[in-house]
Amino acid sequence: MFSAVAQSLKGSHRLLSRGSVGRRNHLSRLLSTLAILEQHNGQLNHTSLGTFNAAKKLGGTIHGLVAGSNASVAAREAAKVEGIDTILAIDNEAYEKGLPEVFAHLLVANIKKGNYTHVISAHTTFGKNVMPRVSALLDVQQISDVTAINDEKTFVRPIYAGNAITTVESSDTIKILTIRGTAFAPEDIGKGSAVVSPGVDPKPQSTSEWLSEHLTKSDRPDLATATKVVSGGRGLRSKEDFDAIMFPLADALGAAVGASRAAVDSGYADNSLQVGQTGKVVAPQLYLAVGISGAIQHLAGMKDSKVIAAINKDADAPIFQVADVGLHGDLFKVVPEMVEKIKQS
Amino acid sequence: MSALRILVPIKRVIDYAVKPRVNKMQTGVETAGVKHSMNPFDELSVEEAVQIREKQRAPGGVEDICAISAGPPKAVDVLRTAMAMGADRGIHVELAEGEELEPLTVAKMLRVAVEQQKSNLVVLGKQSIDDDAGQTGQMLAGLLEWPQATQASKVEFGEGDSVTVTREVDGGVETIRARLPMVVTTDLRLNEPRYANLPNIMKAKRKKLDKTTLEKLGVENKRRLKVIKVTEPPPRQGGAKVEDVGGLVSRLKELGAL
Repeated sequence: MFSAVAQSLKGSHRLLSRGSVGRRNHLSRLLSTLAILEQHNGQLNHTSLGTFNAAKKLGGTIHGLVAGSNASVAAREAAKVEGIDTILAIDNEAYEKGLPEVFAHLLVANIKKGNYTHVISAHTTFGKNVMPRVSALLDVQQISDVTAINDEKTFVRPIYAGNAITTVESSDTIKILTIRGTAFAPEDIGKGSAVVSPGVDPKPQSTSEWLSEHLTKSDRPDLATATKVVSGGRGLRSKEDFDAIMFPLADALGAAVGASRAAVDSGYADNSLQVGQTGKVVAPQLYLAVGISGAIQHLAGMKDSKVIAAINKDADAPIFQVADVGLHGDLFKVVPEMVEKIKQS
Repeated sequence: MSALRILVPIKRVIDYAVKPRVNKMQTGVETAGVKHSMNPFDELSVEEAVQIREKQRAPGGVEDICAISAGPPKAVDVLRTAMAMGADRGIHVELAEGEELEPLTVAKMLRVAVEQQKSNLVVLGKQSIDDDAGQTGQMLAGLLEWPQATQASKVEFGEGDSVTVTREVDGGVETIRARLPMVVTTDLRLNEPRYANLPNIMKAKRKKLDKTTLEKLGVENKRRLKVIKVTEPPPRQGGAKVEDVGGLVSRLKELGAL
């Protein structure tokens, strides 16, 4: 009978640290979090290490999970994050593209095996796609886009495009969260030595097939994680003007380029650059809004930026109500002048 | 190819142009006397369903487009709008005023509806602009064990029940293929929803609108999340304006942003 118990606890930190159980309070003993990491062909997506940050706020044991063609490679890198017990690596090409039909079964199998109390994924395209499916399979009401963790069952998240902040208490036995990246910084790769262990692979049959992808190539910083973002709106007038005005500004500042929905809908900028409720949420050190009026849906994506600056020819544009620094003027004159000034200094 | 029987779940939400206000008790957002309309992503779902029929995009044709909404009596308004846009009929799952459902409950309710209506394609918005959860479509697909294509910007139908969907993902787009029955959630770039014109609004009044309840559908409104409080976000103090570019650059330096 003892062996059966040991079997059920196998791989869990609880067994390994049995001697220290008495020292810990019963809560941290019970808490165990599975953090879902993202990778691409063995390359760990470092922003997904924000899930470890969130897991550390909960306390208790932390395991990571990474799956794909060369998941073990990414797992070995993630294992260096300090304070992590185990990284489950599932090497199987079937999971490489993160197709939810297979990935959800993979996660459910590993969550059940590990008896985790918490499961955390980033609120990325991947997390948004896969985690609700996992939640339904486990009969859990997921908590999306969490910006703060109060305790092991109480979480904070924005609703109504960030116009209200709600604190909710979950009564589910497993808490499934997706977290907002700008609220949980990625943990650094340190000198940790988590055990890399093969996770359970249920080898599910896929009912969907990945055909192709078309990703926007850019040498500029990634929009979601950049420390500076310059964003263009409808005021840019055309794609040519957008490129001619925004790109030199971005390069002078070492900033990522973003756009308002109006600029994206008008074809001035690619969809993937959209900042707002329905696009990316950013919180850089500097957000410079150029020719953007500041609709609430746009503000939802950037109002947690440290410093907001705005250039707009409409003195009454709502963006000026949230901007720390505002310049009322014609962007076609002001922005090139600003680029010159930055280059000189 | 099977003829499509499309189910389009829609939600009545505070109009996207209204700035919501948190109520005094900090239990939620003030909804009384506030303009409501169909969730914008759901308009895209209805439009897509109607366009699939009008443009004869599916080899097997479209047999039925049914809109469904769970909500208070006023949810009928958004169902009528969906019918005025071209949905054939509507189902209103009646809730008491103020009663709300969590996404998991909605997904369970929709699973029952899918079975009853013999739907083989469910088109939902990618998120509702009130709760911003973005879960219902994926949960429904999970419960039904159907394939899912979220954040769709293009949906194409092929032979043998195949559906090819272009999805908006971080950094660009990706294309996947699955087979009916399936669940699709809509993204902004999918289409441009039409405005319902007066003749169609009049016609929609004569379309069939069934009423039911969660109880009749055998679904319990079990809540897993208790709202502790709802607050306004900390207000941002807009700073002063500067006169020229020199002022802008030096102020940004003072603030440590440059």
